[in-house]
Amino acid sequence: MIEPVKRPAVNSSLSSASDRVFEYIILALASIIVLVFLLSLYQLGKESWPALQKFGLSFFTNREWNPVTSNFGAISMITGTLITSLAALAISVPLAIASALFVAEYAPKWLADPVGYLIELLAAVPSVVYGLFALFVIAKGLSHWQQSFFTSPEKIATYTHCKSLWDAGTTSFQCFFVPISFDGRGLALAIIILTIMILPYTASVARDVIRLVPADQREAMYALGATKWEVISKAILPYARAGIMGGVILALGRALGETLAVAMVIGDSQDSIKSIFSGASTMASVIANQFGDAQEQIHRSSVVTLGFTLFFLSVLVNYIARIIIARLTPKGIQ
Amino acid sequence: MSAATKAMTSSRETTLSPVRKTTNAVMGGLILLATVVVVLPLILIFLYLLREGFASMFNLDFSKGFAGAFQNANLNFFTHVPAPEGEKGGGMLNAILGTLEMLALASVIGVGVGVAGGIFLAEYPKHPLMPTIRMISDVLGGIPAIVMGLVAYGLMVLTMGHFSGLAGALALGFLMIPIVVRTAEEVLKLVPQTVREAGLALGLPKWLVIMKIVLPAAAGGIITGIMLSLARVAGEAAPLLFTAFGNNQVSTDPLKPMSALPLEIFRGATSAYDENQRLAKAGALLLIAMIFVTSLLARRFSRLK
Repeated sequence: MIEPVKRPAVNSSLSSASDRVFEYIILALASIIVLVFLLSLYQLGKESWPALQKFGLSFFTNREWNPVTSNFGAISMITGTLITSLAALAISVPLAIASALFVAEYAPKWLADPVGYLIELLAAVPSVVYGLFALFVIAKGLSHWQQSFFTSPEKIATYTHCKSLWDAGTTSFQCFFVPISFDGRGLALAIIILTIMILPYTASVARDVIRLVPADQREAMYALGATKWEVISKAILPYARAGIMGGVILALGRALGETLAVAMVIGDSQDSIKSIFSGASTMASVIANQFGDAQEQIHRSSVVTLGFTLFFLSVLVNYIARIIIARLTPKGIQ
Repeated sequence: MSAATKAMTSSRETTLSPVRKTTNAVMGGLILLATVVVVLPLILIFLYLLREGFASMFNLDFSKGFAGAFQNANLNFFTHVPAPEGEKGGGMLNAILGTLEMLALASVIGVGVGVAGGIFLAEYPKHPLMPTIRMISDVLGGIPAIVMGLVAYGLMVLTMGHFSGLAGALALGFLMIPIVVRTAEEVLKLVPQTVREAGLALGLPKWLVIMKIVLPAAAGGIITGIMLSLARVAGEAAPLLFTAFGNNQVSTDPLKPMSALPLEIFRGATSAYDENQRLAKAGALLLIAMIFVTSLLARRFSRLK
C-alpha cells in the first residue's frame, strides 16, 4: 500500500498566513472602488442638500432657472439632455449598425480592417476636439445658411412670420426648422456633434457582436436560398440584437453625460425651445458653464443637484442595459 | 448544354423574385452609403486638424506661398507659456507639462486600485464581496466625467480651500479605475487555470502564484489596459474645469492650480481672440497625436505578447 504524502506542516501554516495578508491587502485596495462610489454619493448628496431642501421635488418640475432671483428648476435642462441624447441616438443607431454590417459582412478584409480601425479612432477623439471642430467648421457652415434667412427677401418673410409666433410664445412645425439666430450654435449643432460622437460606440459594439454570430447560422440561411440581405435581417440581426441593444444603451449613457462638446456649441440658454436652432442647455453643459461662476450657495447647490441627477441617471441606464442584455440574449449564448 | 439543364438553370434563376433581388441590392447600397456617412466626419476632422493644427503649431503662414510660409516658423508652442491676452507668440508649455504630470499622478491611483481590483475579481471569485465590487466598478465606469469633477471638487478643493493639480489628478484617477479593473480582470481570466495549478502543486502559496506566475503572464494585456485608460482620460477636460482649473505659468507643484491640454483647448476654442484659437487648434493636434500614439502602442504591445 502506498502511504498518502503528507504536506509539510511548517510550510502550510506559513503560506496560509502570508496568503491571508495578501488577500487583505488586495481586498483593501479593491474596497477603494466601493469607497470612491460612497464618497461620490456622500459629496453630491451633501452639496445638493441646500437646493433640495429649499425647492424639494419642484426642482425637477420648475421651468425657471434664474440666478438673479435665486429660483432654480431643472426641467429645461432635463428636456435638453433628453432631446439631444435621444435625437442623436435615433440618427446614429441605424448608421452605426449599417457600418458594423459593412465591416463584418460586406467589406473584403483589406477594406474592413482600416474602416474598423478608423471607427475605433473616432471613439478615442476627445470631447473638446469635437467641440472645437463643431465650433470652427460646422457652426460656420450652419451660420452661413442661417444668414440667408436674414438677407434673401422670401426667406425674410418666413422669418418675420415665425418671429411673431415666437414672440407670442408659440411655434409651428414649419417655424421649428427656421433659424432663430445666425451664429450657428444651438440645439441642432449639439445634436449633430453628439451624433458623430456616439456613432463609434454603437458601431464597435455592434461589429463585435455581429462577428460573434456563428458561421453555421449564416450558412444555414444561405442553404435555404436566402439573399445576403435576408441572411442579415433574419439570421444575423436577431441573433445579435441583445448585444446591439446593450451597445445602444451604453451609447445613451455616454450621450447623457457628454459635456464639453455640447457645452461649447449649445448656447447655454434656459429659455423654452422654439426652434431646433435656438439655444438650449443640458444638465452637463450647465454644470460646465455655470459651476465655476456660481457665487451664491444656492446656485452652486442647484448645479450640483444637476450632477446628482446625472449620477442617478447613469446608474439607471447602466442597470437597464444589463437587464436588456440578459433578457434579449437568445437561449444558449452567454 | 441539354435542354433539360437549360430549363433547370433558367428555373433556378427565376426563383429569386425581382423584389427580393432589388431589396438585396438596395439594402447593400444603403449599408455602403451609411458607412461612408460614418467615416466621413472622421476624415474631415483629421484633415482639418492636420492642416490648421500643423500651421498653428509651428507658426506657419501659407498665405505667403510655400516658401514664405516658413519665414516666421518657430517652436514657441512647445517652449513658451501663453502670451498675455491679446498678444501674439505664446505656446502651451504649461499645459503640456501639466497634462503629463497629472496623468502620472492619476496613474498612481488608477493603476494601484485598478490592478488590485482586477486581481480581486479574477482570483477570488468566491469571495462574498466579489459581486458587489464588480457591480460598483461597472457603475463607476458609467458615471459622467463631469460628475467625477464635482466629486473631486468637494473632496479636495473645498477641503484645501484652493484649486490644485492634485485634485485634477484625483478626478482622472477615479475615471481610470473602472477601465483598468475591467481589462485586468479579463486578461487575468485568460491565464489558463492549469498554470495556477502547476504553481500550487509546487507548494507555492497562492499569493506567490499570483504575483510571480499569473501577473507576469498577463502583464502585456494589463499594460495595454492601462495605456488605453490613459489615452481615455488624457482628453478629459470636464473633470479638470473646477479641480486643476488651469494656470498660465509653468507649475509643477501638485498643490497649486495646474493647466492641461484639454482645458486650454476648451478655453481657447471658446475665446474671442484669434491667438487663443490658434493655440487651441495646435493643442488639439498635439492631444490627438498623443492619444493615437498611446493607443497604437497599446495595440502593438498586446500583439507582441
